[in-house]
Amino acid sequence: MAIEIEQPRVGLSKVAVSKTHGEDSPYFAGWKAYDENPYHETSNQSGVIQMGLAENQVSFDLLEKYLEEHSEASSWGKGAPGFRENALFQDYHGLKSFRQAMASFMEQIRGGRAKFDPDRIVLTAGATAANELLTFILADPGDALLIPTPYYPGFDRDLRWRTGVNIVPIHCDSSNNFQITPEAMEAAYQSAESMNLKVRGILITNPSNPLGATIQRSALEQILDFAVNKNIHLVSDEIYSGSTFSSSEFISIAEILETRGYKDAERVHIVYSLSKDLGLPGFRVGTIYSYNDQVVTTARRMSSFTLISSQTQHLLACMLSNKEFSENYIKTNRERLSKRYDMIIKGLKKAGIECLKGNAGLFCWMNLSPLLEKPTRESELALWKVILNEVKLNISPGSSCHCSEPGWFRVCFANMSEQTLEIALERIHKFMEQRKRS
Amino acid sequence: MLSSKASSNCHGQDSLYFLGWQVYEKNPFHEVENPTGIIQMGLAENQLSFDLVESWIRKNPDVMGLKNKDGESVFRDLALFQDYHGMPAFKNELVEYMAKIRGNKVKFDPNNLVLAAGATSANETLIFCLADPGDAILLPTPSYAGFDRDLKWRTGVEIVPIHCSSSNGFRISMFALEEAYERAQKLNLKVKGVLITNPSNPLGTTMTKDELQSLITFAIDKDIHLISDEVFSGTVFDSPCFISIMEAAMDSNLKRNIDVLSRIHIVYSLSKDLGLPGFRVGMIYSNNQTVVSAATKMSSFGLVSSQTQYLLSYMLANKKFTSNYMKRNQKRLKKRKEMLVSGLKKSGINCLKSNAGLFCWVDMRHLLCSNTFEAETDLWKKILCEVGLNISPGSSFHCSQPGWFRVCFANMNQSTLQVALRRIKDFVERSSFNYQQNMGSLSRKLISNWVRKLSSADREEQER
Repeated sequence: MAIEIEQPRVGLSKVAVSKTHGEDSPYFAGWKAYDENPYHETSNQSGVIQMGLAENQVSFDLLEKYLEEHSEASSWGKGAPGFRENALFQDYHGLKSFRQAMASFMEQIRGGRAKFDPDRIVLTAGATAANELLTFILADPGDALLIPTPYYPGFDRDLRWRTGVNIVPIHCDSSNNFQITPEAMEAAYQSAESMNLKVRGILITNPSNPLGATIQRSALEQILDFAVNKNIHLVSDEIYSGSTFSSSEFISIAEILETRGYKDAERVHIVYSLSKDLGLPGFRVGTIYSYNDQVVTTARRMSSFTLISSQTQHLLACMLSNKEFSENYIKTNRERLSKRYDMIIKGLKKAGIECLKGNAGLFCWMNLSPLLEKPTRESELALWKVILNEVKLNISPGSSCHCSEPGWFRVCFANMSEQTLEIALERIHKFMEQRKRS
Repeated sequence: MLSSKASSNCHGQDSLYFLGWQVYEKNPFHEVENPTGIIQMGLAENQLSFDLVESWIRKNPDVMGLKNKDGESVFRDLALFQDYHGMPAFKNELVEYMAKIRGNKVKFDPNNLVLAAGATSANETLIFCLADPGDAILLPTPSYAGFDRDLKWRTGVEIVPIHCSSSNGFRISMFALEEAYERAQKLNLKVKGVLITNPSNPLGTTMTKDELQSLITFAIDKDIHLISDEVFSGTVFDSPCFISIMEAAMDSNLKRNIDVLSRIHIVYSLSKDLGLPGFRVGMIYSNNQTVVSAATKMSSFGLVSSQTQYLLSYMLANKKFTSNYMKRNQKRLKKRKEMLVSGLKKSGINCLKSNAGLFCWVDMRHLLCSNTFEAETDLWKKILCEVGLNISPGSSFHCSQPGWFRVCFANMNQSTLQVALRRIKDFVERSSFNYQQNMGSLSRKLISNWVRKLSSADREEQER
C-alpha cells in the first residue's frame, strides 16, 4: 500500500533534519557493529562483545525473587480490584506511594545522610527526559550549560537537540585524575562569555560517567560556590549513586546543602533514575528533585509529556517501600559491582593496561594512550576500530565523551555474565601480547 | 532565574478548563460519602468498559506476572528493553488494532509507527518535527484545551485558529481555512501545517470523506503538513462510520500526487477508547521516513514502559477480546450518550448531533443573559458552584461563539449521570422562574469572589 517516495519535498523543521541528535558518533556506530554480530556464549562465540552499554545486569535475581514472592506488585491483587484506579491515574503529581518510596530509596542510598521530601519529587520517563526537561526550564534557546568532560555522549542530544541550548565543556584531564577544578570552571565560563553565550547552569554527573568515580567533597563545595558566585543553577545527575562500591564514598550534593543549612539550595536540582541502580531502563523511571518551588511546579506540568506508566509506578511503589528488600538490594548490588570491578581491573592490569582509580558505576575508564601512534583523536579512533573489528569488543572511545586527552576508553563490565567478561579479558590479553611481539 | 518558558503562561493551566478541575477536587461528588459534591463532567475519560479489560486480566495472570506463554519469566528482557523502535510484537498488534477500528479499509506498516508516552507527547513530538519556533499551525476551533500546552509551550510554535461556527454545525469550511491562512500571513507567521481532531474533541462528530479530501487538497496546495489526531477513533458509536485521513488519501485523484502521503501524519492513543490514560500509550503514524526517523529518536524523551508494552501486546493479540471490546464499548457509549442527550432535551437543552467521543457539545446559548463570553463564564460559575457540575465552557476550547459547553458522559456511572441530569433540570426550572430577578448582580458578585478565593487558594496548594 505504501507508495515509494524518494525525496519528500514538503519541508520539516530544522530540529528534525539537524544532526544534533548526535547519533552519528562512534558511540552509536559501535552499537550498530555489535547489533550486526552480537556475541553469544554458545551460538556466536566469535561475535562482538558489547562493552559500550552501561547497564546493570548483576542483580536481576534479587528483583525476580521479589516479584515471585509479591505478585500483588505486578498485578492489582486478586480479581484486579485496583486496576481501574491505576489505569485512570494520569495525575502528573505521580502516585504518592511511589514518590514516598523513591524518596526513601534515595535516602537509603545516601546512608540517611540526606533527607528527601516526596512532594519535591517530579516523575519523568527516564533520566533522559528529566535532563531535557530541566534544560527547558533553566535555560533559553541559545544559552549555555557548562559540563565537565569527559561526559555521557547522550547529553549532546538530551540537553541540546530540541532545547536549542549549547554545551560549553569544562576541560578535565588526567594530570589530576580528571577532577573538576575552579580554574577549569572559570575557563569554561570565560569561553562561553567570549562566544556571547549566557551561562545558565553547570551540570555534573556524580558518580561520573564515564570516569566511574565519585566527586570529592572539596570539589563539590567548590562547584556549589562557583554556581553561587556566578548566580547560575547546579544540576547534579546522580543516577549512579546506588552503584558506588562502598556506601560511604558517595557524597551527594544534598549532603553539602544540608551542612550549609540549605542556603543557596534554590539553585540546586538533582536527577535520579532506576535504570542504573535497579537495572530497569525499560521501565522508564526518572525523577527530578528540586529545592526550588517554581522549578518543581513547572517541571511537574511539563512532565505531562513524559509521565511514567501508572502500572510501573504501582509495581515499583510496592517494591521500593519494602525496606527489607531495598536495604538488601542496595547492599548486595554494591558488593557484586565491586567484585566485578576488581575482576576487570585485575584482568586489565595483567594485560598491562592501567585504569583510572574508580569507586562507582558500571564501567571503568581505561588508559590506552601508550598504544596510540600519535596523541591525536584520529589515532584514538583508529585504535578503536581495530579493537571493534579485530578484537571484537565494542568499547567507547574517549572522544565520543568529548575527552580532551586522546587514548582513554570507557569499558562496561556489568552488562554481561562473569564468563563473558572472562572471554573479553582473554581477548584483550591476546591483543596486547600480539602488539608487544610486533 | 528561570527560562522564559518556565515563566510563561503557555502551560495553559490558568484556563477555566483546569480551574474547574481544581474546584471539583476540593469537593468531589461521591454517591455515598458526598452526594452534594461537584460531579466531574469535564474529564473525557472512558470508564464504561473496564469490566471487559478486568476480565481479560483475570484470565491472564502470567502476562501480569511478566511470564511468557511457557510460564518462564521474561522480566530480565523487559527490564532491559529500552529500544526506541518499540517492542515489535506490540507495534504489530497496534497497527492491526488501528486497522480494525478503521474497518480494515486501510493497512498500516508497523515500521511507520512511532511510540510515545501518550498522545500528549506524540503531538508535541510531531510539532517539533514539522515546525520551527515562530512558525504556525492552523487549528480549527473549538479545539481541545490541552493543545495550547502540547503544541506551543516548549516548541515555540504558534497556533492560528480556524474559526468554525454553529451556522454549519462547526464544520471546517474552505472559506474559514483560507481565512485562517491569510490571517497567519498577515501576522508574518509561516504556516507549516493544519491539525485536525477526528473524531472532534469537543464536538463528538466525525468528518466526511469530502471534508478530508478538501483538507488534503488544501495541504498540497499550500505545501504544508496535515496532522490528524484520531485518538477518539475507537469511540465512534453511530453512523456515519469513521473515515481516517489515510483512507481519504487513498483516493485515486489524490494518489497521483506522490507527495500526499509524505505530508499526512496520524496521532493515536489507547487512553480514550481502551480507557487506559495512566499507561501512557500514544503513537505517531507517518509514511514520511524522515519524520519517522526523527520522531523515533525523539521518542527517547517519552518511551512507553516495556512492562506496559508487554501487557498490552498480549491483550491486543487476543482478537476475540478486541472484537468483543469494540462492539460492546461502542454500544455502551451510544446508550450513555443518548441518555445525556434525552435528559438534557427534557430540560430544553439541545446538543450538537454527534456520533463519537466521550462528551456532547451542548447548546446553552438560550441560558445566557447576554451573547457574551462574560455571560458564558457567569453561567459556567453558576453551574459549577450552585448546580455542582464541572462542565467545560466553550471559551476554554477557544470557541468563537459564546454559550456552548462540553459535557462528558463516560467518566461516571449511570446513577451519577442521572443525578447530574436532575440537577440540571432543577437549575433550568429555577432559572426560568427566577431569571434576572433573584439572580441579581449581588449574588453573581458573591459567587465570583468565592470562585476567585477558591482558585487562588488552590493554586497556592498546588504549588506548595
